[in-house]
Amino acid sequence: MTMLTMAKALNAGLRRALEADPKVVIAGEDVGKLGGVFRVTEGLQKDFGEHRVIDSPLAESGIVGTAVGMALRGYRPVCEIQFDGFVYPAFDQIVSQVSRLYYRSRGLLKMPIVIRIPYGGGIGAVEHHSESPEAYFCHTAGLKVVTCSNPVDAYWMIQQAVASDDPIIFFEPKRRYHERTEVDESATPAPLHSARVVRSGTDVTLMAYGPMVKTCLDAAEAAIEEGHELEVIDLRTLSPLDMAVVVESVQKTGRAVTVHEAQLNLGLGAELAARITEQCFYSLEAPVLRVAGFDIPYPPSRVEEEYLPDLDRVLDMVDRSLAY
Amino acid sequence: MSDASGASGDIELVQLLTPEGERVEHPEYSFKGDDDQIKGFYRDMVLTRRVDTEATALQRQGELGLWASSLGQEAAQVGSGRALGKRDFVFPTYREHGVAWCLGVDMVHLLGLFRGVDLGGWDSQQCRFHLYTIVIGAQALHATGYAMGVERDGLVGTGDPERDMAVVGYFGDGATSQGDVNEAFIFASSYNAPIVFFCQNNQWAISEPIERQSRIPLYRRASGFGFPGVRVDGNDVLAVYAATTAALERARTGSGPSLIEAYTYRMGAHTTSDDPTKYRLADELEHWRLKDPIERVKAYLTRSGSGDEAFFADVEAEATDYAADLRTRCLALPDPHLLEFFDYVYAEQVPHLEEQKASYAEYLATFEDAEPVEGLRRPQPSYAGDI
Repeated sequence: MTMLTMAKALNAGLRRALEADPKVVIAGEDVGKLGGVFRVTEGLQKDFGEHRVIDSPLAESGIVGTAVGMALRGYRPVCEIQFDGFVYPAFDQIVSQVSRLYYRSRGLLKMPIVIRIPYGGGIGAVEHHSESPEAYFCHTAGLKVVTCSNPVDAYWMIQQAVASDDPIIFFEPKRRYHERTEVDESATPAPLHSARVVRSGTDVTLMAYGPMVKTCLDAAEAAIEEGHELEVIDLRTLSPLDMAVVVESVQKTGRAVTVHEAQLNLGLGAELAARITEQCFYSLEAPVLRVAGFDIPYPPSRVEEEYLPDLDRVLDMVDRSLAY
Repeated sequence: MSDASGASGDIELVQLLTPEGERVEHPEYSFKGDDDQIKGFYRDMVLTRRVDTEATALQRQGELGLWASSLGQEAAQVGSGRALGKRDFVFPTYREHGVAWCLGVDMVHLLGLFRGVDLGGWDSQQCRFHLYTIVIGAQALHATGYAMGVERDGLVGTGDPERDMAVVGYFGDGATSQGDVNEAFIFASSYNAPIVFFCQNNQWAISEPIERQSRIPLYRRASGFGFPGVRVDGNDVLAVYAATTAALERARTGSGPSLIEAYTYRMGAHTTSDDPTKYRLADELEHWRLKDPIERVKAYLTRSGSGDEAFFADVEAEATDYAADLRTRCLALPDPHLLEFFDYVYAEQVPHLEEQKASYAEYLATFEDAEPVEGLRRPQPSYAGDI
């Protein structure tokens, strides 16, 4: 057991991935000597060399596009996009190439590429450094999208993502980078594409991922005072969604609330609401409700706490659900 | 419309065979092969043109959805394609039919893509010819990344011709305006990747002339990125072969990237959907017709005596037979079934997609006993695959 922050857990996971397979390479801006702006790749270039931990020119499409070529040559690239808002220059390569080469070649060409993206707000950053663009990628067939909410998952999920033969968009909640827990490096991890009930309850199911899992756990703790037992699901995998865990929970509670930082309109909550309605219709006591960022571009940081879902907004939506 | 500094300025280019079919010397480049090799180039170019003509006809007859003609660019494609070593790897656009031919890609697969039966049916790893990339310039980055991988594999600069290899990234004049091509130049230069950027400047990006893309000759762009560039007569198969051979050798020995601008002309439309009479003059076409890449080789071979009437007739007959066979095989290409495509989205299938596929298969099954309705295109219910 080691006490690790999420950033250190990711670092340890990447180190193990580099050790496990000589074809694994890391590429991105400032990932080498500096160790990344969040220090997630700290020390890796020193130990694995410039050929495996590659400081890239400052061009996101170039980082992902060359990763496609390296994957075609048998490598397993792990790309770092420095901040969520900088992934858009690489969007074409991700959506038109990374996601489709397996399909275009009818299974002959695999794209074992991981694209790591620190995402989400809450760190007082300037514009373009607090976005939650996960829905764009979930909407794209051929990509898989996951996100970790804690150091233990970070450690295992990054290794599982690197080992996957499918392209994985790996979202890291940057405001949780420095939260720490014990990580058992000898444990057996859950499958990558599985959700997990992180708190059991009977009254309402809260579904969250990444940075909002902690918010929901705090809300569940607070709800006890009001006499409500909330169940919290950490979705972990956003595409594909692990609906079995969701369905089982909602069939038990009859009430479902989704929580994410990303804008409401066509966010993950919308897909969850649709699927829950299809699969749990006769169990529902209330419509599926959604807590999300507002449908405005991410605001200046002085008001971001108002924009981001917090404990009060989650509990307010829980009350609305219970009121049906 | 050209001036001394313009992209189409009448500046010196590497030429080893004039439009009249005369061999000329160049201080840096020479063609060291014999006339048998040139006869081979001639055959390749005639066959490529015949395939192109057949494909255009098939499109006109409704058998292909679209075709991107390579007419006029045969020398650029065959000259570079034949310069490839047996380990070199190619990333094409969607118009490199002549390069595909040189690498032994079954031409029916090119037709299959444009017919709409698949998205590229050849084994790109086996052919060393990546699938056609339709998004302009995106493949330049793939080629660069592949070259970075080759370098990491230790297959550059070993001095062993059985090991060393290089990569060629093809693109057109329009693509040089794309960010991806410029980023590819930067990455390749920064990492000294073993790559040849092969730009066929065919003067037109659909309706936009080269002047809209560049105010300087494209080959000069290379110097700004820190590697050499050269403009060759793209309608001169010998010059293209010589320049590509040199650039590939440079890449294989670890001396880094280079850019070849093959100065050529798109004799046809951009694709069969295009009407070039709306934006360019017939005079221009006539000007380039006199520089035809195949005619000049024929003139040379005739003059040198290496190619007699029987040779030219044989090639012609071979092309005719090949085209007839290609047509037959194209028409026989089976339509795929939509259900098959659910299996190629992920290497590791996901439950949601498996359910969607099963649900669609069930839906199809409801049509099993239905009477066909005139004019209504029904999904095919007789899918035999594994659901």
